[in-house]
Amino acid sequence: MTEVPEHLLKRAKAARDKAATQPEEAASDAPADEAAAPAAAGDSRIPAHLLERSKSAKARKAGGGDADAAADSGGGGTATAVATASTGGAVVTAGGPPLAAGPGGHTQRLLTVVKAGSIQDVKAKPQDKVHVWPHLIVAEFVAALACTSFLLFFSWFVNAPLLELADFNKTPNPSKAPWYFLGLQELLVYFHPMVAGVTIPGMGIFLLILAPYMDKNPSNKPEDRKFAISLMTLFLMFWAVLVIIGSFFRGPGFNFTLPWIDGLFFEL
Amino acid sequence: MAKTMQGSPKTKIQDKVSQLTDQVQGSQAWNSIFRPGSIFRKGYSDSPRNRSYVIMNSVLYHLHPVKVKRHAVKVSYTLCLGGLSFFLFIVLTVTGIFLMFFYRPTAAQAWDDIYTLQTSVTFGLLVRNMHRWGAHLMVLSVFLHMARVFYHGAYKAPREFNWVIGVVLLTLTLLLSFTGYLLPWDQLALWAVTVGTNMIGYTPVFGSQVRFVLLGGAEIGTDTLLRWYVLHVLFFPFITVIFMAIHFWRVRKDGGISGPL
Repeated sequence: MTEVPEHLLKRAKAARDKAATQPEEAASDAPADEAAAPAAAGDSRIPAHLLERSKSAKARKAGGGDADAAADSGGGGTATAVATASTGGAVVTAGGPPLAAGPGGHTQRLLTVVKAGSIQDVKAKPQDKVHVWPHLIVAEFVAALACTSFLLFFSWFVNAPLLELADFNKTPNPSKAPWYFLGLQELLVYFHPMVAGVTIPGMGIFLLILAPYMDKNPSNKPEDRKFAISLMTLFLMFWAVLVIIGSFFRGPGFNFTLPWIDGLFFEL
Repeated sequence: MAKTMQGSPKTKIQDKVSQLTDQVQGSQAWNSIFRPGSIFRKGYSDSPRNRSYVIMNSVLYHLHPVKVKRHAVKVSYTLCLGGLSFFLFIVLTVTGIFLMFFYRPTAAQAWDDIYTLQTSVTFGLLVRNMHRWGAHLMVLSVFLHMARVFYHGAYKAPREFNWVIGVVLLTLTLLLSFTGYLLPWDQLALWAVTVGTNMIGYTPVFGSQVRFVLLGGAEIGTDTLLRWYVLHVLFFPFITVIFMAIHFWRVRKDGGISGPL
């Protein structure tokens, strides 16, 4: 159990004593002289003019067109309201503002009236977050483990190619680039080497870099980005199809072949 | 004596083990290695506070924040592709260092070294296979990672620049793979690289100069092998690590991985 500091205990005791004596005074005062009622209203720390204003506003709301009249009789209205409240004695639940309650004979005081959101504007909405340990770390560990075991098993059974020693005098037919460049090599069939080997891939990289600056659509929902998704799919399919053709459908002399008839001319 | 005989030997061993554990975990050396909050420290208990400390007080804090959005840990969202690309990079570094012990980048020795590695070095063939297949897998995973990021619209503000870094990393991955392709110095390596570098020669204005510098001459030879070896084992990994550091740092600075669709 935590220790409550001495001075706080003292303060709490003083407040309790004060609260015990005050209601008695209020109860004895109120019925004593009816004329003191407006004074009691002044004692409640809500200023009279504010009470008056809220009263007139209520009247205006209720009365509609009779706003002016209600405002004129505002002063009297407040006085009666206070009077009824104080004759009710210490009953706080009366329609008017709570009067005799708490140490000072009131429960709250009005400091100021501010518009909603003018003091604090909560921008950061609380997000649904989870701890990285263990949730993310465990997932990463499992993924790494799965990847390693796949690589290990694959490497156990499939050997990397090692052809005979490099020989400048023996050009293999066909000579193929690594698979990820076979799309470019396929383009070489149709275009001038500068276009196929430099311009088109250069443009491709350039467009990829520019993509976030060209795409002004702020949404990331697939249904809002049909054009972007179609364009990217086309772009990716373009390269994938070229790589597949270059890898599997090109034989001696880089001529067109069918892998199920002439066999594969492909090394990884 | 009779008392010790009565206690079953199993509990005695357990006692001893727990005693030893206490001793080790209480030692200065142990506590100097594992910082407060580490799961290996004595008295670690699972609480939100300790879960935060595990990340905050470990080197992992350089990579991960203490908390991430709930959807970020969903495997179906990222498919782990970025993380796996990074992991494959690490696997390739480890296996690559192993291969470096047995390889000399000269036209006279390179092929023989690989052959010897495969036939007479313990696990030589396996490690070479892992390096080769891991490299192809990394090209694939980086490519798929890019596709995933695009289809989730994750390149949009504020992540535009991280996408650009990602494209640079994709290019670096291809260059790393391509420079490694020549090193076995077999017919496949020689002619694949011949086809590839011939294309570079067609770059306008400075194409032939670039090709000359890359090949260390007009034709592929033993100088090319040394150059590509240095590019493959030092130059490109160095550049790639720098860009990866910026890439990962930006992921966090840009507010973690992108929101759910």
